[in-house]
Amino acid sequence: MASAERPPVALWLASSALALYIALPLAALLLVVPPADLASHLGSPMALRALWLSVRTTLVATALAVVLGTPLAYLLARYSFRGRDVLDTLVDLPITIPPVVAGVALLLAFGRRGLLGRHLEVLGVSVAFTTVAVVMAQLLISSPFFVKAARAGFEAVDTGLEAAARTLGASPWRVFWTVTVPLARPALVSGVVLAWARALSEFGATMMFAGNFPGRTQTLTLAVMTALESDLETAVAVSVVSLGLALVALVAAKRIAGRWSVPRA
Amino acid sequence: MPEGRGLVFDAAVTRGAFRFEASFAVAPGETLAVVGPSGAGKTTALALVAGLLRPDRGRIACGGETWCDTSSGAFLAPEARRVGVVFQEYALFPHLTVRENVAYGPRARGRGRAEAMALAARWLDTLGLSALGDRGVGGISGGERQRVAIARALASEPAALLLDEPFGALDVATRGALRSDLRAFLARCALPTVLVAHDPVDAFALADRVAVTERGTLTQVGTHEELLAHPRGAFVAELAGLNLYRAVLAPGRGLKEARVGAVAFHVLADDWSGPSFLAFAPSEVALAPERLPGSPQNVFPGRVVEVQPLPDRLRVVLDVGVTMAADVTREAGASLGLAAGRAVWASVKATAIRVYG
Repeated sequence: MASAERPPVALWLASSALALYIALPLAALLLVVPPADLASHLGSPMALRALWLSVRTTLVATALAVVLGTPLAYLLARYSFRGRDVLDTLVDLPITIPPVVAGVALLLAFGRRGLLGRHLEVLGVSVAFTTVAVVMAQLLISSPFFVKAARAGFEAVDTGLEAAARTLGASPWRVFWTVTVPLARPALVSGVVLAWARALSEFGATMMFAGNFPGRTQTLTLAVMTALESDLETAVAVSVVSLGLALVALVAAKRIAGRWSVPRA
Repeated sequence: MPEGRGLVFDAAVTRGAFRFEASFAVAPGETLAVVGPSGAGKTTALALVAGLLRPDRGRIACGGETWCDTSSGAFLAPEARRVGVVFQEYALFPHLTVRENVAYGPRARGRGRAEAMALAARWLDTLGLSALGDRGVGGISGGERQRVAIARALASEPAALLLDEPFGALDVATRGALRSDLRAFLARCALPTVLVAHDPVDAFALADRVAVTERGTLTQVGTHEELLAHPRGAFVAELAGLNLYRAVLAPGRGLKEARVGAVAFHVLADDWSGPSFLAFAPSEVALAPERLPGSPQNVFPGRVVEVQPLPDRLRVVLDVGVTMAADVTREAGASLGLAAGRAVWASVKATAIRVYG
């Protein structure tokens, strides 16, 4: 519970260091290029293509994270079984390994001569350095954020309510959709936003596994890096758009979580 | 009892070091209370009937339908059992309104939304909750929550009703008022009802028969009178050792008459009239060889039915027109020459009798 008292001056001072450190670079991003110029640079074909690609790939990656991650989160939240801890650690791993390493790993698995990739190649399917690879890299790096949030959300739902729903005639499937999901909704929404934001900021794994081809695999972050070599203003413009998207996502997540949070009975 | 229509239970389950084993039957319209200390397996019994727990061995059937039979491997999932459960803390859905809570069962059993909501409205009306239909379940009182839970359980048209500590979440003042309501309501429902209680007053006031469980086993099943007359063990004697009567109370204030069958008690009850319960401990009953002059308002001639030695005293079961238990010291028992058939006078002070609805 937050105290209503005024914080001591010393605490203000000690806290301001990190807050300023976070605010300063973000302010620089907004101040270096005049707003009018930003708009014109955003209209560049490179920026537009990168924005459109990022929007498409991150939405698909987030949808996949929800569809594939929800059963996994429910399994981890509700059941104890052999190997549960191993599975739990495995799901957390992409959060902690360097994305570049994850990219190399994807290449070794799904690349032309990779573990699985070499069999796909025989079938005439090649995923590395395609838009599909962008989605795969984003899914690997971002889905653990959804799984973690969803799992915590499911764990917080009172199993007594689920039992009550069963005795009222609801199948486990119906209980899941009418009791579990509505009660876990704030956590699920926050998981979706976190995973989407992480997919949007993906760089290392995409770079390694999908490359940097404009219109095909060059996402916002890759476009920033490419533009930085020749055209600072465009790099900044794209960065500002990314910042804006992240901010919108964060505010939306906080508001939605606040509105949908269920009062405890 | 014809097995066809009631609830028949005979099952055992082991969970870790705890073993629960019991066998009982409940007829339609009958209420069986399962009482016992915490950890005795009361809630386990309900979970087994509801299908939330699988027995290691046994058979559970209701209304002629087998819900579980380990010998044939039959096991109906909770949603297939048509069992209404009123959970201990009521387990109302916090994301739904009162009416949506009650409509949940009908919806889950395949009714259309409009039909389910209409059915819910009728049940809310039956339980006097019509005004609360659109409220969230967080904003209503404990007694209202209990009634919503009952309405929700009954709206899905169960073949049996289970109540887990229906008064556990209520304060003492609310309990008294709701007990007689609930009893009358259960009688109207005509369902086999199993009620779990740790408070013997709840059990004896609401149930036709009481099943006493201790450490996972069912010690004894019977009416209050049967348990009082022939307690199997000290715990049952202790538990049943409460003189409890359904009475009809005269109107008016102050000292008034309460009729229990042909026997008239005199009690202090400003708050109540009409059907009520009277309760007093056996230690409040004094025995004498003849009618003594003095202040007690309630003096009854009677006969000793049985003398039960308890660890520290004697429990004397009397017939004074109704069955009454009196606790006396061994010394008093010896000096009164208490034995079956002995004529005695029993007296109770009016102020020692608790009266509630």
